[in-house]
Amino acid sequence: MSADFLYTIEVILNGLMAGVMYSLVALGFVLIFKASGIFNYAQGVMALFAALTLVGIQTGQIPFAHLINAIFGTNVHHFGWQVPTVLAIALTVGVMVVFAIIVERYILHHLVNQEPIILFMATIGLAYFMEGFGEIMWGSDIKTLDVGLPSGGSLWLEEYTLGWAAEGERYYGMYLDKLDMVASLVAIVLVVSLTIFSQYTTTGRALRAVADDHQAALSVGISLRTIWVIVWSIAGFVALVAGIMWGAKSGVQFSLSLIALKALPVLMLGGFTSIPGAIIGGLIIGVGEKLFEYAIGPLIGGATENWFAYMLALMFLVFRPQGLFGEKIIERV
Amino acid sequence: MTEPLQRMEAASKLLELKNIDLSFGGVKAISNISFDVMEGEVRAIIGPNGAGKSSLLNVINGFYHPQQGEIWFDGKQRHSMKPYQIAYQGIARTFQNIALFKGMSVLDNIMTGRFTHMHKNILWQALWKGPAEQEEIENREFVEHIIDFLEIQAIRKTPVGRLPYGLQKRVELGRALAAQPKMLLLDEPMAGMNVEEKEDMCRFILDVNDTFGTTIALIEHDMGVVMDIADRVVVLDYGRKIGDGTPEVVRNDQTVIDAYLGVSH
Repeated sequence: MSADFLYTIEVILNGLMAGVMYSLVALGFVLIFKASGIFNYAQGVMALFAALTLVGIQTGQIPFAHLINAIFGTNVHHFGWQVPTVLAIALTVGVMVVFAIIVERYILHHLVNQEPIILFMATIGLAYFMEGFGEIMWGSDIKTLDVGLPSGGSLWLEEYTLGWAAEGERYYGMYLDKLDMVASLVAIVLVVSLTIFSQYTTTGRALRAVADDHQAALSVGISLRTIWVIVWSIAGFVALVAGIMWGAKSGVQFSLSLIALKALPVLMLGGFTSIPGAIIGGLIIGVGEKLFEYAIGPLIGGATENWFAYMLALMFLVFRPQGLFGEKIIERV
Repeated sequence: MTEPLQRMEAASKLLELKNIDLSFGGVKAISNISFDVMEGEVRAIIGPNGAGKSSLLNVINGFYHPQQGEIWFDGKQRHSMKPYQIAYQGIARTFQNIALFKGMSVLDNIMTGRFTHMHKNILWQALWKGPAEQEEIENREFVEHIIDFLEIQAIRKTPVGRLPYGLQKRVELGRALAAQPKMLLLDEPMAGMNVEEKEDMCRFILDVNDTFGTTIALIEHDMGVVMDIADRVVVLDYGRKIGDGTPEVVRNDQTVIDAYLGVSH
């Protein structure tokens, strides 16, 4: 095999794994959009908040330490203990469930039957509130997230593939990030279990019912409020997973909330209402931008990854506005 | 009247509305309507367009909350309740413009009707073993029974959105029946159907009433159908009750005839 061919494969694989990371964020959007028709701008901030909370709990940080110190003139920062990773994750899931309940109780409940744009504005407000709240609660410094995920490239793979190139070519083996591989596995497990849950359980059926028709769902005894809490909890859990993966990759910092913007083109490709769409859309964008950067990037000065996804999304908006898997909107005149 | 007798009479009234008033802003949809539905009967609600029939059904079902009046169901007075709580009380309904879950299969649609009978919490369901699985199997059996009853075995796995109108209506009836309701509300179950489909639907409604003993309140425009299947009829016009009684009585009531023929008010 030629080195060029092997390198292209490496680019595609890396693209697929980058795409999985985008899909993880997009998934949270789709879940909430399907169940309540809300485009949740705060999904990215939820990932940030979840990651912050996880690090905070894990390292035994005292919440609101700065605030406490400022008011009482004390100087406390840490409880002085470390919480085991598994327990910390479980506690963070608990925090996200409480968050879901608060969102339903104090925001959604009061905005039932409002225009989508109003709900959207509410989630923008929520996003900025959470960003500020997260900062007050856990501080604004960049934190390292260590949940025992592997990092760095896979040496084994590099050595294994070293001999694949043709004799005499300069080839140093395939480089794949171990963290990306774990993230892909986790994403696959997450999607499969979500799909099974929504297809074969009572609550899953109720979720789909609410997504389809609110009135009919009420008439068979499904409480919309309970369903919304469940959906936001699941979205919070997905945000936590995304937050862990992105946080482990590049540290838990406030720019993490911007990954939400990367999910937008994914949604336009995959459609706002389709879970498989979110996955496929993410993969297409991941592979597309890596391949484009590899093949065309050098010709036009590089840095194409910053805009390629958006351009692709724009083209989709023109030719297939409902996305690859979205429901086609037909209106009768 | 002696006390036990009174109690017996009270028990045989499944639903009683007393002096219901409902308005939206300045528009009065229902004014001062009282009527009752006896256990086990088929009660029809008729009236010209805009008479307040659907509003009345929505009041019973809890979608609307009347400003005035009392609602008694199953011997208890109901205080402002959410629609989903009313489903738990044993009232199931169908809608005028079919409200099915279009993306889901017939089987899944009817399974959602069992929602009020499934109590295992979300953690058991997530495990998908043990109690939740057992519960799913039991309810599934019941749903298959409903599917047999409505003769829709052939379309069990079809997404509802792809079915013709008449069959969708039947699936919606199935979903309501799956709840094993004490009372079934049908909002124009035969609207838009051809003669054959109407006959089928009539047969199912009467069968439900006979075999399950379900009390039925239905809105219908087809007078022939109403006269055939209803035990008693209540007639509305402009949000008021203008007639109440057996089909025979109502048919010969001058006010009712006037309302239908459009005598000026």
